[in-house]
Amino acid sequence: MSATAQASVARAEEHPLSTPAPRQPGSRTSRPVVTGLGVVAPSGIGVEEYWASTLRGELRVAPITRFDPARYDATLAGEVGGFTPEEHVDKRFLVQTDRWTWFGMAASRLAFANAGYDPAAHDPYATAVVFGSGSGGNDFGQRELQRLWTRGRTAVSVYQSIAWFYAATTGQTSIRHGLKGPSGVLVSDAAGGLDSLAQARRAIRRGTSAVLAGAAEAGLTPYALTCHLSSGRVSTAASPADAYKPFDVRANGYLPGEGGASLLVEDPQAAAARGAPQIYGEIAGYAATHDGDDRGPTPDGRWLATAMRRALADADLRPDDIDVVFADGAGSVDLDAQEAAAIRTVFGDRPVPVTAPQGLIGRLCAGGSALAAATALLAIRDGVIPAVGNLDTPHPDHDLDLVREPRRTRVRTALVNARGYGGFNSSMVLRAVEPS
Amino acid sequence: MRQPREVAVTGIGVVAPGGTNRKEFWTLLTDGRTATRRLSFFDPAQFRSQVAAECDFDPAAGGLSAQQIARNDRFVQLALAAALEAVDDSGLDLRPAGTGGLGDDDAGPVVGVSMGSAVGATTRLENEYVVVSDSGRHWEVDPRYASSFLYHALVPSCLATEIAGRFGAHGPAAVVSTGCTSGIDAVGHGAQLIADGEADIVIAGASDAPISPISVACFDAIRATTQHNDDPEHASRPFDASRDGFVMGEGAAVLILEDAAAARARGAHVYCHVGGYASRSNAFHMTGLRPDGAEMAEAIRIAMAAARVNPDDIDYVNAHGSGTKQNDRHETAAFKCALGPRAYEVPVSSIKSMIGHSLGAIGSLEIAACALSIETDVVPPTANWTTRDPDCDLDYVPNVARDHAVDVALSVGSGFGGFQSAVVLTAPNR
Repeated sequence: MSATAQASVARAEEHPLSTPAPRQPGSRTSRPVVTGLGVVAPSGIGVEEYWASTLRGELRVAPITRFDPARYDATLAGEVGGFTPEEHVDKRFLVQTDRWTWFGMAASRLAFANAGYDPAAHDPYATAVVFGSGSGGNDFGQRELQRLWTRGRTAVSVYQSIAWFYAATTGQTSIRHGLKGPSGVLVSDAAGGLDSLAQARRAIRRGTSAVLAGAAEAGLTPYALTCHLSSGRVSTAASPADAYKPFDVRANGYLPGEGGASLLVEDPQAAAARGAPQIYGEIAGYAATHDGDDRGPTPDGRWLATAMRRALADADLRPDDIDVVFADGAGSVDLDAQEAAAIRTVFGDRPVPVTAPQGLIGRLCAGGSALAAATALLAIRDGVIPAVGNLDTPHPDHDLDLVREPRRTRVRTALVNARGYGGFNSSMVLRAVEPS
Repeated sequence: MRQPREVAVTGIGVVAPGGTNRKEFWTLLTDGRTATRRLSFFDPAQFRSQVAAECDFDPAAGGLSAQQIARNDRFVQLALAAALEAVDDSGLDLRPAGTGGLGDDDAGPVVGVSMGSAVGATTRLENEYVVVSDSGRHWEVDPRYASSFLYHALVPSCLATEIAGRFGAHGPAAVVSTGCTSGIDAVGHGAQLIADGEADIVIAGASDAPISPISVACFDAIRATTQHNDDPEHASRPFDASRDGFVMGEGAAVLILEDAAAARARGAHVYCHVGGYASRSNAFHMTGLRPDGAEMAEAIRIAMAAARVNPDDIDYVNAHGSGTKQNDRHETAAFKCALGPRAYEVPVSSIKSMIGHSLGAIGSLEIAACALSIETDVVPPTANWTTRDPDCDLDYVPNVARDHAVDVALSVGSGFGGFQSAVVLTAPNR
């Protein structure tokens, strides 16, 4: 057996799929840490710009400028403004890729830089990427469909086969940074960002040192917007202040937004060994469920509550240990009521602070839940809970402690919820790592 | 500390070209017949490649309701039919929520869903695009002509949703979308959920129905598909010197994965265990492959080690064998690298020679074939193999199935994005 083969067998034996007992006690229950954040959002490119805007409560949904939205019922969205792709993505990748991949590659480069992590300094198999999306390369895809149907098959780009599909960003990111570890792509609509972080945890528990995880979305094209509109869940309000209003008495649907976040997740020992500049927190617990019912979710949000409970159990925590809930905040009265009921079920009479800053920027599908995780870690870092975005009058039936202004408080443990169209429920516990 | 659990395969369902259930599928493969033909779903005259492996599929006969048919792209329909067969085969009482099945029992097993797809509802998205854009005339497409359920097509996780809804599955659910390795990665992901205790039962598999003008055009553009248009029945020629690209296919396979101890306890029929799984990336090129196959070899080694088998234990290799020039060379090198001298002894075959390459679905169809190979001790052949390529010098089981004891099977995949995946399946009594 070659040295390479011996090394790979040794790696596998440490973290097999199904052998009886791992040789490193605790490896299967270790708690990976987040050491780097990269954000590309309607309210800012880079984590500090985004965070400052969020704390200021700037409403960043606005009339769509990427195309003329006049003929659509919805004319507002959260666009990523001021994004110059050439500043973030190498030219050779730009031509091959869609806007969502630009966002993903930009966020990933920012996350690596933020973590002070140079993948080239490590074994290529030690680093992986799990980067999700809800709808793939919309702009590229619509353009190539138009070429095919107006000019015939010879007009179709040689890059169509690699730009439109859902694995494009993971694949291109692995190439850009030389990542040979166990990469992947999970799609679960808006829950996909949290599910990608959970997948990073699984990979790390099986022996990978570092995983770039997150998601991004770029669905502001005429055809993708048409698809969103068909769901009947998009706000048709004319003014940003009247549109996406999670938990508000006037909640009337969501607005689509662009962007997302990338998080560098590391094995805690590996992060310590390389002297990571900061540890934002650890993935302390996670669980996912599905409503599993063609009739839709129950009014009490039963399966979302189950996901939250299981995530708490996975973290060995009780509801009282949670300092804040970052809610999915779907922005329709019925969906918000389900989530509120689930939160009340899990937390009982204790009024846990609940927030949903995404009311400021719209719903970024899978990118939104990755961004929510990043936001929760920033709240832990700075001891401040951002306010619910675009909330005027909380719906009285929700009966939650909704955060109305940024709230300065000790935040050590946050629960993040994400729900995806069709019935996906994911819940993740993020926790500060106390200096030992 | 929680002990990782063994993962058993207790049910199999298949919708494939040339066979719309498990039995027909296996008969086609072991007969060595091909299901490739001139593309019939639309007029392929303008396209460079005009061959496809199509399913003769009737969703109503497959057990789908009128609503399921109306709201879903074909890739979901194929998967639902395959899942119905798999669940029935497993003997598990999985029914829609509220009808008294396993999912309604709060103290019962956690049932997850892990389904792969490379391109999701592309066909429906294209069909609807043509309508709302007036055949591409308008960039600002007309929303008045959009059908309801179009969002259902936009995001491929509708596949997991439909399966979860049909079977009252309330555990973790997701679609794995890693291009052409999706079908292996979805089963691997499902097995990891069980090994780690996140689920007790997982409905795992993959589906794709990509035979639409945009899919044909995008592979035309990079010359990845065959030009053997004058001989469609023999167009898919993995490992043969005259191979010139893959034949686009469609289909679905679903496997019921269970905690092996629970499966034994309920006396379930066990086809095989998912012994080991691994995926690695070549970090080289979205479509290109380095000739040495190093990353695929690494995935194979990790999967074998996880399953605690050596190269000499491998009885059958189900190859990716897409029939492109570079793939078949690449993976032949990977087998030699990972298996050493055993690569020359073990039968290696590609069922894509018979049922084409159904992108994300094929990995699960190939795992189904491996499970049936372990069950029946028959190895399916590589059809259309006539002329030796000096770079492809292994035993590809040319044209005729072979009786051969199979206790351990290796199945591999390689896909756009640089993904290289491997899974090792082992006989339950091994």
